[in-house]
Amino acid sequence: MLNYLMKRIFELIPTLFGITLISFFIIHLAPGKPTDIFTELNPKITPEAREKLEKYYGLDKSIIEQYGIWLKRIARLDFGESFSSDRRPVMEKIWDKKKPLLERRLFVTFMINLLSLAIILIIAIPVGITSATRRNSLYDKITTVSVFFGFAMPSFWLALLLMILFGVYLHWLPISQLKSINYDSLTAFGKIWDIARHLILPIFVSAFTGLAAESRFMRSSMLEVIRQDYVTVARAKGLPDKLVIYRHALRNALLPIITLMGLSVGGLIGGSVIFENIFGIPGMGQLFYMSVMTRDYPMVMCILTIGALLTLIGNLLADIGYMLADPRIRTG
Amino acid sequence: MGNHNIGEIIWKKFSRNRLATAGGIVVVLLFTIAILAPVLSPYNPDDIDRKHILEPPGLGHPLGTDDLGRDVLSRMIWGSRISLAVGFVAVGISTAIGMLLGALSGYYGGWPDRAIMRFIDIMLSIPTFFLILAVIAFIGPSIWNIMIVIGITSWMGVARLVRAEFLSIKEREYVLAAKAIGANDLRIIFKHIMINSMSPVFVSAILGVAGAVLVESALSFLGIGVQPPTPSWGNILTLGKDNIEIAWWLSIFPGLAILITVLGYNLLGEGLRDALDPRLWDVEL
Repeated sequence: MLNYLMKRIFELIPTLFGITLISFFIIHLAPGKPTDIFTELNPKITPEAREKLEKYYGLDKSIIEQYGIWLKRIARLDFGESFSSDRRPVMEKIWDKKKPLLERRLFVTFMINLLSLAIILIIAIPVGITSATRRNSLYDKITTVSVFFGFAMPSFWLALLLMILFGVYLHWLPISQLKSINYDSLTAFGKIWDIARHLILPIFVSAFTGLAAESRFMRSSMLEVIRQDYVTVARAKGLPDKLVIYRHALRNALLPIITLMGLSVGGLIGGSVIFENIFGIPGMGQLFYMSVMTRDYPMVMCILTIGALLTLIGNLLADIGYMLADPRIRTG
Repeated sequence: MGNHNIGEIIWKKFSRNRLATAGGIVVVLLFTIAILAPVLSPYNPDDIDRKHILEPPGLGHPLGTDDLGRDVLSRMIWGSRISLAVGFVAVGISTAIGMLLGALSGYYGGWPDRAIMRFIDIMLSIPTFFLILAVIAFIGPSIWNIMIVIGITSWMGVARLVRAEFLSIKEREYVLAAKAIGANDLRIIFKHIMINSMSPVFVSAILGVAGAVLVESALSFLGIGVQPPTPSWGNILTLGKDNIEIAWWLSIFPGLAILITVLGYNLLGEGLRDALDPRLWDVEL
């Protein structure tokens, strides 16, 4: 098992290399340059000044050279300096060690995605199991219809609807930012409560599509397992239904869910751009949006690479979870 | 079921599935609305009317007006053209790429297969929505760019599907027979194998249209998709967000249109999947 794991981890390296190579070339070969923003605003700019500006950003070298320089730097976890006017190191902008955790963008996005993953697990698995065991009941039909709506629901529209309902009409929940203006004057408990209230809608929106997918998957996986002979045997020897479902069937039915969870990490991260923009949450997605608008290449590359890395880690964890859950792989 | 031809069985199976039929009706309606847009829309979608700004739904404007006094219903009717065009062109591109790479990979095996599979793994690990966003922001948001970029970032599923079909079909006797009588690779790939692997590709293409519609509307909503004044459901929703405290109708109706459209494609695709799968054909038919 350890050998297999080592092999999987080593395989990640060429994949990650390929991802950065493709992303780097696509981004740098797209027509236009980051310096255009300065030069367009100033029609009187001389060709010499333009060249100087390009040199300043390192854009005068060939693209292969630029990629080589970029690779050398990220080997030391240095993603370069942002092209934006503050010229701060990219890593500092996503993970500022001097600031509290909640003001570090990577932490904010990671926390929201982790919480929505947890919510998906907590809700989707029981829903999937119960609609499988009560197949064709009213409950099953209602969840099936909700799942179809869940798949088709544009997440940004769901966000708008929730903002209108809970924010504009009911005034129950705040609809933007991560904390209130008076946050600093709150007690410790008040601070947690304040952040929790700000997080309810974003987490729900980010979990929504996943909820539909996983509960559907859990249902079909469970249906497949309870048809198998060993479940019939367990029933035939008189075991109570609960025991058959939750002890015997569930273990096997969970296996494909583990894989799906791992694969869904990429989609969750992609969704951050949308909900962070709508709810004004200072995370990676919002930063990414601002960075593509200003053609901040180092920032864009950094966020793409981290997003890809998290996706790969998600897949790897799914593999490990699968191995731990399935004795056939664990021992074989 | 010996007396029935295949088309009949598929149609019977499909038309008995009420959800699938509903999905089909939605898609047909959508096409009709898009084609008849000039006839159906009560106003010119671009006509600005400063006297009737942000009017709630009423007799004059059934779905209200936007911040420039333009009729929301007319803009949504014209927006259906965008959604339809982006969906089908993007999926056309992704299906073509996916079929080509999947066929090469499945038919030839060996190093082309390994290279293509590795490429697919890489593409699947890049957060696609991030990449689409970056590329479109850089090359400029036009409807053609959106179609192309969505197309070239969403072919991986089709490629895997076609590869699996090729792997299972290429060893069949009829293919071996065609090879034995000296048919060349091109002929075998397209005439003998591809034709027989079309039904799962067709289903995945219809489901893919749903996905492309969602991505386009999200891009337009974020302001890097279809640019105003061209109406799209996504960019009407942007106005909904900007006027969220005062104009609920700008948020409700375009979103509902997207939801119904995507639901329609999904139901149609799922229904076709069941209808085209011979394993699910009952003997009673």
